[in-house]
Amino acid sequence: MQEKGIRWRALKAAFPNTIPIFAGFCFLGMAYGIYMNVSGFSFWYPMLMSMTIFGGSLEFVAVSMLLGAFAPLQTLLVTLMVQARHLFYGIAMLDRFKGLGWKRIYLIFGMCDETFSINYSAKIPEGVDRGWFMFFVTLLNQMYWVLGATLGGILGSYLKFDTEGLDFVMTAMFIVIFLDQWLKEKKHYTALIGLLVSVVCLLGFGADSFMIPTMIGVLCFLTLFRKPIEKAGGFS
Amino acid sequence: MTILQQVITITICVLGTMATRFLPFLIFREGQPTPKYIQYLGKALPAAIFGMLVVYCLRNVTIFSGSHGLPELLAIIVTIGLHLWKRQMLLSIAGGTLCYMLLVQCLF
Repeated sequence: MQEKGIRWRALKAAFPNTIPIFAGFCFLGMAYGIYMNVSGFSFWYPMLMSMTIFGGSLEFVAVSMLLGAFAPLQTLLVTLMVQARHLFYGIAMLDRFKGLGWKRIYLIFGMCDETFSINYSAKIPEGVDRGWFMFFVTLLNQMYWVLGATLGGILGSYLKFDTEGLDFVMTAMFIVIFLDQWLKEKKHYTALIGLLVSVVCLLGFGADSFMIPTMIGVLCFLTLFRKPIEKAGGFS
Repeated sequence: MTILQQVITITICVLGTMATRFLPFLIFREGQPTPKYIQYLGKALPAAIFGMLVVYCLRNVTIFSGSHGLPELLAIIVTIGLHLWKRQMLLSIAGGTLCYMLLVQCLF
């Protein structure tokens, strides 16, 4: 098959998987752009930041850091704490990104929560190139986010929102992906470890700082119970 | 903050983010076999990650005040119900989200 045909098929297969992200990212991206606009920044800021950082929660935090005093070390620590969960995505994708050449660099660059979740869990149809499929999922998602952020930054406070609650689209997507994983597994050890450790850490450390303790907890449990978990197998 | 300080702050955010995304790939190089323990983590982690992400999305829900997390709970039940029934990802997500929007806009 010709290179062009391969890309077109991959794009057509990738797009339907990104529709929930389209809704979620346009909405959240706009909310972020508006937030920057009313905080006194020109639309260049949300546009360039959404292109280069491409990680929703940190970009919201970055607005308050830009409004505060210049504190590079604190900025770095906050960034690493907010973004640490990406380490897990990388470990899960080590083998799947192998042999993809230059596309691999972009796939790693654009690996936000949503993109990782789709690229990890989507069933890629037969005859569709895996590398191009994941490439287009990543590219489309990033385009939605930059589009939303830029529009929000330009239109700012002129936009009136009666879309309260639309942000639930991201929660619903993660629930469906979680459920799909759950239905595919024979044993649910790791899913339960993820859920329970996060809930316990959320209650103990609070919403702003529970992710690092959660990650450490998950790693400890997965390491301690490696034997029974591997024996149960059935990873999807 | 001066423009330069803003640029530095944003650059630190970018570099910090990229460090967390690229680090596993820099440590475990493409040409070399991945250690068994890391291979195991790569397989065992995703189910735990998706559980973590669900909780992460719901982290600001207040159970003891406000609407007591009821709209979230109901919308989650609708999402799961739809998915178990039809197994259509987009339908389950759209149904759950619409349900949530109706609840927070009209009821709570």
